Amino acid sequence: MINWRIILSIARTHLVSKRRQTITAGLGVTFGIGAYITLVCFMTGLNGMLDGLILDQTPHIHIFNEIEPSQVQPLEQKFKNAFTQIHSIRPKQRKKNIHNAFPLIENLTHNKDVMSALPQVSAQVFYISGTIELGGNLTGILPNEEVIYFNFDKYIVSGTSQALQNTPNSILLGVGIAEKMSLSIGDRIQVRTASGMVQPLKIIGFFQSGIADIDNAFSYSNIKTVQQLLGEPQSYVTDINVKLFDMEKAVSLSRKLEQQHDLKAVDIKTANAQFETGTTIRNLITYSVSITLLIVAGFGIYNILNMLIYEKMNDIAILKATGFSGKDVQYIFMSQALIIGVLGGGLGLLLGFLLSIGIDHTPFETESLPTITTYPINHDPVFYVIGIVFALISTFFAGYLPARKARKIDPVQIIRGQ
Amino acid sequence: METVLHTKNINKYFNNPMPFQVLKDINLSVKKGEFASIMGKSGCGKSTLLYILSTMDSDYEGELYINGDLITGRDGDTLSRIRNEHIGFVFQFHYLLSEFTVLENILLPAKKLGVKSHQEITHDAIEKLQMLNIEHLAHKKASRVSGGEKQRIAIARALINNPTLIMGDEPTGNLDSYNADNVLDIFRQLSIEQGLSLLVVTHDADFAARTDRIITMSDGRILS
Repeated sequence: MINWRIILSIARTHLVSKRRQTITAGLGVTFGIGAYITLVCFMTGLNGMLDGLILDQTPHIHIFNEIEPSQVQPLEQKFKNAFTQIHSIRPKQRKKNIHNAFPLIENLTHNKDVMSALPQVSAQVFYISGTIELGGNLTGILPNEEVIYFNFDKYIVSGTSQALQNTPNSILLGVGIAEKMSLSIGDRIQVRTASGMVQPLKIIGFFQSGIADIDNAFSYSNIKTVQQLLGEPQSYVTDINVKLFDMEKAVSLSRKLEQQHDLKAVDIKTANAQFETGTTIRNLITYSVSITLLIVAGFGIYNILNMLIYEKMNDIAILKATGFSGKDVQYIFMSQALIIGVLGGGLGLLLGFLLSIGIDHTPFETESLPTITTYPINHDPVFYVIGIVFALISTFFAGYLPARKARKIDPVQIIRGQ
Repeated sequence: METVLHTKNINKYFNNPMPFQVLKDINLSVKKGEFASIMGKSGCGKSTLLYILSTMDSDYEGELYINGDLITGRDGDTLSRIRNEHIGFVFQFHYLLSEFTVLENILLPAKKLGVKSHQEITHDAIEKLQMLNIEHLAHKKASRVSGGEKQRIAIARALINNPTLIMGDEPTGNLDSYNADNVLDIFRQLSIEQGLSLLVVTHDADFAARTDRIITMSDGRILS
């Protein structure tokens, strides 16, 4: 039978009368939680941006046909028990395209884990403008679909993907190529394939991925344009990019695809293993710094409550003498700690929110990230929930120990000790 | 006459710094409406006895009855409840909560008891203050009233739950003779008019002489 109203009113009176100490303890929590929110929003925002840089452009599974020598040679099949040795094995000259690509895409699209499967045609080309020739790679894509599933337009710095979709014989150049050849939108550029076909293409825009090697060599065109350039039919597809609903399923699906079809399927985890490590370590740093801050804040509360209990020995004794139980006294001090936790934590959330908004509006311009203008922030409400739970847990423990001591104080000793 | 407080063979030992028997076979009873005082030299165990009788000290041998119920061996929460409901305290030093107003101090035990509504207990508290002629102090901070007034506030607090028994540990020990007389008068009046039982530990022979019964203690025993 606990009368919370009186317990809370005593707790409040104690807090109000020791205003300065209360504020100090509360500010400890506020700064701890505020720093946690700011750090975690900023760090995860940064992680998201860096991941996005790679992940947006990288398909979850990349399917292509790799040139490799046959694992089993006909000679070995014929003479199974004999010792055979073949010198200078070379892979057979064959087309780079994926056999039966469209039925495979159709099949993938019906898989419930797959968000989309987009065909691409990639070709080694030379860009010719005047007397300059530059080697590079021209990729034929379905522009509209690439925009939807791979944020293709995020990296287009001038021109639109729509123009690439609608204009026949158009090309979207990497900014590196454009700079080297002093080209601008509307100009024409000659493109020569490995087999010697030359075709003039109209420049409708530029893209900048932030990765110099790509910007200096890559360009995009409509898939049909590239197929024509190569003199191949519409069924000619060299790559299929698969995006899944759940990235985690990439590994198993890519293995299955390799087994079922005679193809190479690389999943994103294998392709970007080092990236995940970076993300994990940044998260680890964020959480260890935040937890340290909260522990420091917790010790602050612990200290202040301890002092308060020494100061309030007489009050505790008299409360016990007039009929308050040890539990009541314990709850009085625990609720003080939790009030500090709730108020300090709440203010901390607000502080963190304001600071992250501030960071979100701080200009951040860098050559390699053309589409980013301010520092990235991830405003995930989950962080705020974690923050306030953290505050309550740490203040609970900071209050629990001194409060238990107050519970055990023997009023007779205090009263007789005077 | 009805017995309010009754003990059977209470013994108490201190083990620190060395084993020592403070109380020896204490058999004592206080009747309803009786104003009793306990006298004795320092260290004779009179305060120790008072704290056992008050239920605050539960580390003793023997049996303690309040209103006929056996108190010995009850758990801490029950003892708190009994103190809250049946026993009022007045100490040598006033032991008010200094950050609360006088009225709030008086209300605390009543709020803890939680039987009457806030309005009822406020009304009761004002009534007690009026009886003690200090109603004008009700809304002052407890830290801002004089020593004699504090002691009267402490008495008002002790009375708020209409206890059966008031206990005092040198309630006048820290007061000048004027205020001490005042407190004594209040006690007498309570005993006579409201039938309250009072048990007061005191050094003051004049004070003791004006009570109904003097219990003299020496070396842990009751002499008379």
